[in-house]
Amino acid sequence: MPSSPDPEHSTRRVLQLSAPIGLAFIPLGMALGFLVVHAGLAWWWAPVFAAVIYAGSLEFLMVHLAATAAPVATVALTTFVVNSRHVFYALSFPLQRVKGLPGKLYSTYTLSDEAYAVGVSAEARTWTTRPILLMQVCFHLLWVTGAGLGGLVGERLPIDRLEGLDFALTALFIVLTIDAYRQRPDRLTAAIAAACAIGAWLLVPGQMLVSAFAAFAGALLVRLLVQRRAERA
Amino acid sequence: MPDNGYVALLVVVSAAVTWALRALPFAALAPMRDSTVVKYLSVHMPVGVMLMLVIYTLRTVAGDTALQLVWLAIAVVVTAGLHLWRGSALMSILVGTVTYVTLMSLWG
Repeated sequence: MPSSPDPEHSTRRVLQLSAPIGLAFIPLGMALGFLVVHAGLAWWWAPVFAAVIYAGSLEFLMVHLAATAAPVATVALTTFVVNSRHVFYALSFPLQRVKGLPGKLYSTYTLSDEAYAVGVSAEARTWTTRPILLMQVCFHLLWVTGAGLGGLVGERLPIDRLEGLDFALTALFIVLTIDAYRQRPDRLTAAIAAACAIGAWLLVPGQMLVSAFAAFAGALLVRLLVQRRAERA
Repeated sequence: MPDNGYVALLVVVSAAVTWALRALPFAALAPMRDSTVVKYLSVHMPVGVMLMLVIYTLRTVAGDTALQLVWLAIAVVVTAGLHLWRGSALMSILVGTVTYVTLMSLWG
């Protein structure tokens, strides 16, 4: 057994599963690169943002913050609010299957929404250190490549007239939602999530994301309690 | 153009906060991993989390005029429809984004 890796864990299988999302990072990263140039920053900030911050939606926001010379405290608070959702990923991402401290450090550093989506998917149920890290390295490299390309291309093209590039991020999350729903068709959960997001949008627009996540986790807990009661009765 | 030292500071600060948010909860939540509550959450969370991110990013992308909102709705339908039909992530994202950028740039 140890001589031949499980087919589920082969490099090819991991790349096959990661590629559809990872390749979308190229146009998405390019959109980020365009925005960086559009905002008046040097093009190489795009790959630096991509490599060091490595949190898609935040990087799009960070471009605006940097361009408007926002105070550092604002940047820290924005990062905290926008990325608070990652706290919840620790509940289910299989970090316990990644062995070794360097591996764990890298895995948490690059625990993006997409890495979470693939890491908790049914296909990755038996993945251990190597396939998990391979998937994350693949996403990280493709994201940096896309951003670098976008920065370089953006510097040479009249992209000022292009509007709405940040829709690329919305499109990515639409795709991930549909994929997650197909793995576990659960209308009630989707409806609860939509209600939480829209409710948070209307009630606490300044803290929408973290409020929506907290309300959603709370609603799921209530649902679990109700189900348990019903089973006992 | 913003000063590079300032942008570098922003990058370091946001990377540090992001990493802390990603790594520290594993230590705090480790003892709860085997509980049925955590298992229940981990099974039901992914679809909800992704859907909430869709709604959140829609808010930041959305334009101001009714026409721009129509373009946004069309782009969402194109992206989702294409993905339901063909199931190719890359194609759905590319076509959806090109649709939106084209509509917004020409008739926004």
